[in-house]
Amino acid sequence: MVEVRRSTVVDAPIEEVWALLRDFNGHDTWHPAVTRSSIEDKAPADMIGAVRAFQLADGSHIREQLLALSDRERSFDYCILDAPVPLMGYVAHVRLLPVTDGEQTFWEWRSKFTAPGSREKALEKLVAEDIYEAGFRAIKQLLRGKSKPAASVPSASARTAPLPAKGEDSAQAIVMHAHGGPDVLQYQSIQVARPQSDEVRIRQRFIGVNYIDVYMRTGYFNLISPPGIPGMEAVGVIESVGSSVSGFRPGDRVAYACAPPGAYTNLRVMKADVLVHVPDFLSDEIAGASLLKGITASFLLHEVYRVKPGHVVLVHAAAGGVGLLLTQWAKALGATVIGTTSSEEKVNRIRQAGCDHAINYASTDFAQAVLDITGGAGVDVVYDAVGRDTFEGSLRALKTRGTLVSFGQASGDIGLYEIGKLANKSVTLSRPNYGHYTETRAAILMHAQRFFSMVEKGAVSIGYPRVFRLAEAAAAHQALAERNTIGSIVLSAE
Amino acid sequence: MAEVYVSSVIAAPAGAVWLAVRDFNALPAWAPFVAESRIEQNMRPDQVGCIRSFRLKDGGRIRERLLALSDFDMSCTYSILESPMGVENYIATLALIPITDGNATLATWKASFDAPPEREDGLVRDIGQNVFQAAFTALKSRFGR
Repeated sequence: MVEVRRSTVVDAPIEEVWALLRDFNGHDTWHPAVTRSSIEDKAPADMIGAVRAFQLADGSHIREQLLALSDRERSFDYCILDAPVPLMGYVAHVRLLPVTDGEQTFWEWRSKFTAPGSREKALEKLVAEDIYEAGFRAIKQLLRGKSKPAASVPSASARTAPLPAKGEDSAQAIVMHAHGGPDVLQYQSIQVARPQSDEVRIRQRFIGVNYIDVYMRTGYFNLISPPGIPGMEAVGVIESVGSSVSGFRPGDRVAYACAPPGAYTNLRVMKADVLVHVPDFLSDEIAGASLLKGITASFLLHEVYRVKPGHVVLVHAAAGGVGLLLTQWAKALGATVIGTTSSEEKVNRIRQAGCDHAINYASTDFAQAVLDITGGAGVDVVYDAVGRDTFEGSLRALKTRGTLVSFGQASGDIGLYEIGKLANKSVTLSRPNYGHYTETRAAILMHAQRFFSMVEKGAVSIGYPRVFRLAEAAAAHQALAERNTIGSIVLSAE
Repeated sequence: MAEVYVSSVIAAPAGAVWLAVRDFNALPAWAPFVAESRIEQNMRPDQVGCIRSFRLKDGGRIRERLLALSDFDMSCTYSILESPMGVENYIATLALIPITDGNATLATWKASFDAPPEREDGLVRDIGQNVFQAAFTALKSRFGR
């Protein structure tokens, strides 16, 4: 009997490491020895008993079976069914433990097997060094973001001209030839290139419409130098893949929510490492409408400020796309949620979504209402994407040492503010930027999986979005700007 | 029931760290908040069932019973019999896991206990930070390299 045990410490929170390791079929996206992996019989990768069949770099085939998986212990066991080398009775155990004095993760990988005596030493070395230690190095590199260019939004350096280079296939897209109002969005034919080695080409079905699209259209965020195609998220089916892409194949249903802009089209080339597979329980429309908002809600509630049971949370524009998600998700985390919105009709909607208290800020002094509700104490955290109209009131509604998360400005720019006044309550102010919370593949996968699992267990539900045709993008922007929408908007690309 | 979990990476081989912490009577030698300790009834400190009675530097006295000790798993489990903390059903486990990459040690310390709900959060923080983490921080600097 040979026993192999290797362990290391990774400089990343345990959730990020687990998001990568938990996917029994995901090892071909990170392990250097694995080229192509698939789960047999179309089983889910987290089904106990699932068999992954994969190829090694030398072309040989291996089949392994998932024996146990625990999200509580963050561990899994698997065994080898078929391998080109005599690793007999091979059973492996992988587990993670948090290192609590530092955002680090302990990772142990161990196994037992028997082998012909003459080959024991060589096989032990193969497993320990070429599989386990090589895997450690690959994950560490991936989590440092080395293998993927950062998707930084918005910053001066992120200026892109996302008109595709001359290619072989034509498609339809919304192109903006100047910054300005909705009328700069022109529907026209474009040429789309074939994917490069690390890219895929996606036949897009639905495209999410977000406030950031309005900001890139007007030039408020310096994301597009016209002419260019706006849009940050879409869902579709992979049409072709580049030569070095692993983990994705033609026919896969995928989504993305990240820079660079360019989503408003029916055919798009994208880097493979920003894509996520869409789970079956999400329809195309809902996936296209919600991934960017779901990732946003995940980092706002879990990273920018960690909402815990007992916290009192104020969500502005609680009837909006992100607002409805924040409300339901914060409730699921055990918080008391106070929501604001701008009409009586929407007050009912946000109550249904789970707001413990709903305030119409068009007709009420919401800050005073919040203080009344909290017995004068104020709230732990305010999530404010309204901006100018609510900024002062949000500060008044906070409790001492509370946190104001200002993540948008639907009512206009907040302008200059004298920060000395924040000392009246020792306020912490955060102005988070989507790009900085989604810079690595690990971060994207972690937030997307957290969001998908919230949807799957019913903790958040997403209403069917309002659908415009791609050609009607200007009308969709108009509807979003008028702030008369409940829930989300998508463009249908087909 | 409340639970505490604290872990640290110590820059020394697990075997060496285990030698320092396996002695149930050796808290004063490595835990910065313990003044003196003795084992009751003339038992040996590695005899499962033995009771250590130790005095904290702030004056409090604690009695704990050794429930399990494993040189194989490098772990030690004990319960509190008497303490000034006002906890019930308190059971804790200190365990070491080798980190082969760099020949270091992951030290984990967890506890579960019952206490009045309004005191739980404070106790979790106090035990986690002022006891377990403080002891690990001392171990880290002792084995620092």
